[in-house]
Amino acid sequence: MTETKQTVSPIDPINWNRIQDDVDAEVWDRLTANFWLPEKVPLSNDVQSWSSLTEPEKLLTMRVFTGLTLLDTIQGTVGAVSLIPDALTPHEEAVYTNIAFMESVHAKSYSSIFSTLASTKEIDEAFRWSAENQNLQKKAQVIVEHYEGDNPHKRKIASVILESFLFYSGFYLPMHWSSRARLTNTADLIRLIIRDESVHGYYIGYKYQRGLDGADQALKDELKDFTYSMLFDLYENEVQYTHDLYDEVGLAEDAKKFLHYNANKALMNMGYEPMFPKDVTDVNPAILAALSPNADENHDFFSGSGSSYVIGKAEATEDDDWDF
Amino acid sequence: MLVVYYSSPSEFTHRFVQKLQHPSLRLPLVTKDPTPLVDEPFVLITPTFGAGINRGSVPKQVIKFLNVKDNRDRIVGVIGAGNTNFGEDYCRAAHIVAGKCGVPVLYRFELLGMPEDADNVNKGLDQLCLASA
Repeated sequence: MTETKQTVSPIDPINWNRIQDDVDAEVWDRLTANFWLPEKVPLSNDVQSWSSLTEPEKLLTMRVFTGLTLLDTIQGTVGAVSLIPDALTPHEEAVYTNIAFMESVHAKSYSSIFSTLASTKEIDEAFRWSAENQNLQKKAQVIVEHYEGDNPHKRKIASVILESFLFYSGFYLPMHWSSRARLTNTADLIRLIIRDESVHGYYIGYKYQRGLDGADQALKDELKDFTYSMLFDLYENEVQYTHDLYDEVGLAEDAKKFLHYNANKALMNMGYEPMFPKDVTDVNPAILAALSPNADENHDFFSGSGSSYVIGKAEATEDDDWDF
Repeated sequence: MLVVYYSSPSEFTHRFVQKLQHPSLRLPLVTKDPTPLVDEPFVLITPTFGAGINRGSVPKQVIKFLNVKDNRDRIVGVIGAGNTNFGEDYCRAAHIVAGKCGVPVLYRFELLGMPEDADNVNKGLDQLCLASA
């Protein structure tokens, strides 16, 4: 394994007026503009909704959130931090510090959800289940192994797989509740996390590709094979984890489509072609609508011909550089 | 049908356009560079940027290109590249451009696009060619 890229000297001061890679500045702006804290989300409005869930549904929800807490903890304290020494620009280092901090905000957010909705006993039991669930522990171990390993490319691959794929067995559930008008404030908070993780996955995937610029084809091929095989191993583990969680409420098959859909996105974030075909990525439209309110609109060239799209309140005021 | 597109250094949209069997024109990466002039009907493909400081959803290079009336008058429709994980912002730039120019959003795809997306867009562009012939 040869590493030819020049990393950043830790003793040079960062100069934001001299940017080597515009993507660093764009992503920094995006992440800081997205900044949020769980205290801003009125989670307590979900208390009544929580009490309407059945005991198995509550148990499932707690377990999902402790699993997500584990992933965010890893990403905040090990993952994003482990990427800093490999950075090619000082601004890339700064972006990782932002990512690390936000992951810790995410991890803390689940505790806000827990303390708002559940009793100490329920919380402790859910954490115990997560500590003992083999599939959850396996995914954590596989990822951490690469974070602590000596290959900077594999660290990024592991990181993108975590950010863009491994969270989604968990993210499925709040989207499901939201589509049934349950725990809607919790879902709002989760959507903020999803937005952040998507920028992280995009950025780390982008940096992964930049790290391979100029690398020889043999290394590129090796890493591509490694990526698909790591993703597939983790996918199989993820399927079992999904059954562990969702079988009792009968949602495992629906959740798995969401896994396939997001596994494809993880690959694409690294510049690779999707591996799951369309017939297993047909995510339930209700889940997709919970994720993105206009995602189910039909735009297939001719369905809406003649009628142009009318912009609602969503038009961003920053888009004001138009002459016409 | 000519495809005019902007793709950031991540190259996602560029990779998608390479799968199309239609002529294409990439807008310059650097906003200061002169914007091209087109003299035939075209479909625009644009990703959506995050609303950071000094940055709207529509890439500046796309705005600069459409601010030229002769270009704008030839736009037939818009295709959005995006990611549903961005919620309400999914393909926002395409919707904004479509609204501004009074043309439809013809199609949307995520990231590099699925193989079916490239097929669908190829077929759609074929039909647009026939319709305008």
